[in-house]
Amino acid sequence: MHTPVSPLELTGGSVAIGGRPILRGIDLTVETGDFVALMGANGSGKTTLVRALTGLLPLSAGELRLFGTPIREYAAWSRIGFVPQRSTASSGVPTSVWEVVASGRLTHRKLLRPLSKRDRAAIDHALDVVRMSDRRHDGVTELSGGQQQRVLIARALAGEPDLLVLDEPTAGVDLPSQQALADALGRLKADGATVVLVAHELGPLAPLVDRAVLMRDGRIAYDGPPLADHEVLDQHTHHHPTSTPHDHTPHFDIPLDRR
Amino acid sequence: MNIWDLLSLGFMQRALIAAVFTGLAAPAVGTYLVQRRLSLMGDGIGHVAVTGVALGLLTGTSPTWTAVVVAALGAIAIEVIRGRGHTNGDVALALMFYGGLAGGVLLTGLGGQSTSLLQSYLFGSITTISPTDVWVTVGLTVVVIVVCVGLAPQLYAVAQDPEFAKVAGLRVGAYNLAVAVLAAVSVTVAMRTVGLLLVSALMVVPVATAQQLTRSFRTTLLAAMLLGIGASVGGLLLAAYASFSANVAPGPSIVLLALAGFAAAWPLGVWLRSRRRLRAPFAPVLPEGHDVSDDHDHLEGHVHGEDCGHLAVAHGDHVDYVHDGHRHAPHGEHYDEH
Repeated sequence: MHTPVSPLELTGGSVAIGGRPILRGIDLTVETGDFVALMGANGSGKTTLVRALTGLLPLSAGELRLFGTPIREYAAWSRIGFVPQRSTASSGVPTSVWEVVASGRLTHRKLLRPLSKRDRAAIDHALDVVRMSDRRHDGVTELSGGQQQRVLIARALAGEPDLLVLDEPTAGVDLPSQQALADALGRLKADGATVVLVAHELGPLAPLVDRAVLMRDGRIAYDGPPLADHEVLDQHTHHHPTSTPHDHTPHFDIPLDRR
Repeated sequence: MNIWDLLSLGFMQRALIAAVFTGLAAPAVGTYLVQRRLSLMGDGIGHVAVTGVALGLLTGTSPTWTAVVVAALGAIAIEVIRGRGHTNGDVALALMFYGGLAGGVLLTGLGGQSTSLLQSYLFGSITTISPTDVWVTVGLTVVVIVVCVGLAPQLYAVAQDPEFAKVAGLRVGAYNLAVAVLAAVSVTVAMRTVGLLLVSALMVVPVATAQQLTRSFRTTLLAAMLLGIGASVGGLLLAAYASFSANVAPGPSIVLLALAGFAAAWPLGVWLRSRRRLRAPFAPVLPEGHDVSDDHDHLEGHVHGEDCGHLAVAHGDHVDYVHDGHRHAPHGEHYDEH
């Protein structure tokens, strides 16, 4: 028997973008079965943290381990399901709901091999969990924002991940779809999945969350039992009664500059 | 001499083989370029390839191979600038366009070649295709088609959502470079039939035509490839037929035929989409009160039902009939306003 390892373990994690420190000294460990909400105001660094946890942004300091393996050596990507912000999922060619969800199965497929029976079953199941089975042949652009969000979640579920990371799944989503999202995530939680999600407001997801991590200006301000939405706001405005929107990486470059 | 005599000529048969293969390969790569919203990338690569052709003419080596190499380098440069910049690379494309074209014309002049020789590469010229060219074309296009269709799941995922693809463990940068090189190869092999300045049309127009009628990526890809063959073979035959009476280069006839296909498909696509929009179910939210329609008198006892002539749209567990700006749901002896 191997000892259980934490799906996510970040120690002293820092992220710099364009030479400016954005996240500083983040310690965050997520245990198997946790349902963690990363909360905070716009610009507090929650999306940056998620991008660092999924390897999309490099750490400037600290160490990240995924299922016990340092991120540099990590290869078992099929264990991680990522749901990016919805704005990233549009393209210039029509695509069907089924095709988007099927692309989530790539982590299990070898090159130049057709989908196996098992792959197709996983795709069908993922569509079923988010209740989009009847729309599988429809074009993605025909769907409402909330339905598109459910498709992106199904895409992550098709890979049958052990850890699901969602970036703002409820942003700009109508209430019925938020409820459908909460139902789908509730079924996953009941199956013992580990979930990390970024949220501005929890809404119908609130009953599922058993740990809240509150970000403020690139650092963790609170880590513990879930907070009510108004407490999140209080925490944020505690030190900055007149909070103004600000940009962590001022854009002093022309389009051809490297990022 | 009639069209059959023309088809029995060796150069015409070679041109037809080249047209079939380029017609398949160009839209296959083009679909991935359109998916990334880089429709003009083929054009940028085509301009860069002009420098490659001129380099071949200047040094006395095969213009096809120098064009492949220079176009691939240009495509990689576009991809690198695009991957590192904040914008989607239109400035990078513009730099390539002008540098490539200017370099090509300059080199041709240095070599003392007449621009008419360069023109056969710019707009296509079926009579210049040698047997070796045909084999090179077939070989390279088969590679392009096999990669574009065989790696379709990976290429699709990378173009659809690069961030998701990266977290799924795909090497996004490598796949992006592969598409750029494939595009460069298809541009180069298509330059004999369509010509470098028009090749991008064969990559983009069939895709634009196909997506008027399709709803999935796979059918768009396959339909674009079929439309590509139709345009390139049909355009070539048109050019050959017209050559009895006028000097018609195959490039323009292929592109105009492809555009004619788009012009035919577009109104049909608009009509289909509007029909689908009108028939989409209404949100399953019922009105709060019971609002009985009182404007049914002008319909003179009209009974809504199947084939009653009014648009029937699903609304929750029943059907609303849409006419004159109303949504009428049958309710016993009368109709409710929904």
